[in-house]
Amino acid sequence: MEKAKVAFFDFACCEGCQLQVANMGEALINVLGAIDVVEFREVMSEKWDRDIDVAIIEGSITNPHAVERVKQIRDKSKILIAYGSCATIGGVNGMKNGFPLDEIRRYVYGESYQFFPTENTKSVPQVVRVDYFVNGCPVYIPEFVAVLKAVLQGIPYYVPDYPVCVECKLNENVCMYDRGVTCLGPVTKAGCNSWCVNNGNICYGCRGVISNPNEKGAQDVLAKYKIPLGLILNKMNMYNKCRELEQK
Amino acid sequence: MKKKNVNINVEYLTRVEGHGNIVVNVKDGRLETCRLDIVEAPRFFEGMLRGRSIFEAQHITSRICGICSCGHTLASIQAAEDALGITPTAQTIKLRKLLLHYETLDSHILHIYLLVAPDLLGVKSFVPLITSHEQVVRRALRMKKTCNDLCDILVGRHVHPISAIVGGFTKLPRPKDLDAMLDLLKGMGPDMEATVELAKTLKFPEFERDTEYIALVNDSNEYPFLTGDVGSTDGVRMNKKDYKKITNEFVVPHSSAKHAKLSRESYAVGALARLNLNYDKLHPKAKEVAAAIGLKPKCINPYLNTAAQLVENVHCLEDAIAIIEDLKNTGINYYEEIVVGLNEQFKISVKAGNGVGAVEVPRGILFHNYQIDDKGIITDANCIIPTSQNTNNIEHDMKKLVPEILDRSEEEITLSLEMLVRSYDPCISCSTHFLDVRFVNR
Ligand code: SF4
Ligand code: SF4
Ligand code: SF4
Repeated sequence: MEKAKVAFFDFACCEGCQLQVANMGEALINVLGAIDVVEFREVMSEKWDRDIDVAIIEGSITNPHAVERVKQIRDKSKILIAYGSCATIGGVNGMKNGFPLDEIRRYVYGESYQFFPTENTKSVPQVVRVDYFVNGCPVYIPEFVAVLKAVLQGIPYYVPDYPVCVECKLNENVCMYDRGVTCLGPVTKAGCNSWCVNNGNICYGCRGVISNPNEKGAQDVLAKYKIPLGLILNKMNMYNKCRELEQK
Repeated sequence: MKKKNVNINVEYLTRVEGHGNIVVNVKDGRLETCRLDIVEAPRFFEGMLRGRSIFEAQHITSRICGICSCGHTLASIQAAEDALGITPTAQTIKLRKLLLHYETLDSHILHIYLLVAPDLLGVKSFVPLITSHEQVVRRALRMKKTCNDLCDILVGRHVHPISAIVGGFTKLPRPKDLDAMLDLLKGMGPDMEATVELAKTLKFPEFERDTEYIALVNDSNEYPFLTGDVGSTDGVRMNKKDYKKITNEFVVPHSSAKHAKLSRESYAVGALARLNLNYDKLHPKAKEVAAAIGLKPKCINPYLNTAAQLVENVHCLEDAIAIIEDLKNTGINYYEEIVVGLNEQFKISVKAGNGVGAVEVPRGILFHNYQIDDKGIITDANCIIPTSQNTNNIEHDMKKLVPEILDRSEEEITLSLEMLVRSYDPCISCSTHFLDVRFVNR
């Protein structure tokens, strides 16, 4: 069987998710043995202008040129993977949407701001159809490998739709609420093995919000620990601000 | 002789992190245009930081660049602590230096092997090298993975470190973690030696242009990465608070990264700048390597930035080992482990202030500057990344280089220019993204 032609494309992002691939070490050679990487701008000069089996999209869509480009990629790709939070939910780039566009352009570029076109940040699924999601800022490599396997076998991959707390409890962490700080674990999709809490920090919600957050429970928690709602909302907006825009 | 017309337009210069275009236009043997366009969608980080808590700044600015995420983290924390009036403990400083070494090692390895070696070995990318130079690729990936594993142990992960925050660390390495890190570092020794051997065989293009080099400097005998004043090879020395007098940023229409200059038309930052300013403070083993590849200050061949990275790698490896051995001797004080979150418990006292962080990240000096109000909310933010300081210098290099190599084919000129840009290791994803070469024949 011919190997799947895979291409990586990046939009507005930090490219940390691409870098996670290089961080796989020698295991990467095995992965590269199973697929045929035809374009990966960060590490390859080669370019590919024909059809693609699997397009892996990193980054958010933030200007008209990007909208066109991602649509073209969609048209020539059999499967499209939104890779990393910038792509799946807009991620940190979404915070820009909290400001009037001209104002934020002027703030960063002064009087020359008109050279820098921008529009509201959108996630990839807000612009084109997405077949597979790999959440996380950055992505969690074991999950990416699982998704890639599913793609190559032509079977679906289901992103966990239960909260990070489930994994966190299994990891026997002391709950951050009991340590006196707020954590977004209760409303955030699991799948990262509660990465941040395992390392003594809080969950910032980078994998996106679960579909049925237990809002009553969350409010009870906030009340119990006397935490202002505004604090949580602001924190939610760090990764999830793009939710406010309509879906495609 | 017929006067030559050359038009180069390289779009999306590959193998640099970010997007850029090189545009060169030579008409009747005269260089008319020579530009480095930065075409990436700006991400407006400085704008987005306003209204956020100073305790979130590190988390957000780390996302400016995946490759320098630890560097951004440390510059951000330094600026925040400066604004809040916090002095980090001696233990925290040691661990931060260690983290910075890990990232420098990681980033330089990526650049030397995956991004530059294909040019020097005459192939398009590291992918064909998997068959032609399998051992080299394996070694590169192995070293890269080791750095990644080191960061996993120290701060949870390399791309967007978790435990390094304002005030210190949320998790401190246990004795077994120190041992594991020491083993990993020592285990990297043979691969590092092999890398040095490989580098000795590589031939770098010959080209020179004298410029001003800028990096952190200090009065101690330590090769500075984390703290110091800002110094230049033209004799400037300033406190980091005066960073705006150093960078003198200006906006040019063709680029979404701002340009910078100080004493002359442009200046350079990065491994070569650090080496030019602080050569004497390198670890003796690193100096040996520098001598072996013929690198000594003041070196003005920009292509040798890659060689300087290799020298720094040897230094960072040795110094990281020394830091861990020191930590093992003194023992870690676990009472310093902190839980901060958004500082809901006001464990860290907050006041209005202005703070600057200046840290040597792999590609050069990085500045973060925040203004915060009495509630710790950011009202103003500014980040000046190494690449935007270098862009102007790269353009001036290109302007000198193109006339010197005009007798070559367009292909060769293009490759020389691409390699020049790549040698600066331009991580444009930082402020924006980078590169494509355009020869425009009219
Ligand atoms: S999701 Fe996070 S790590 Fe991945 S590209 Fe975006 S900012 Fe970088
Ligand atoms: S620390 Fe966070 S993720 Fe873990 S159980 Fe508590 S709320 Fe959930
Ligand atoms: S713990 Fe939360 S913020 Fe951290 S990786 Fe998991 S989902 Fe993202």
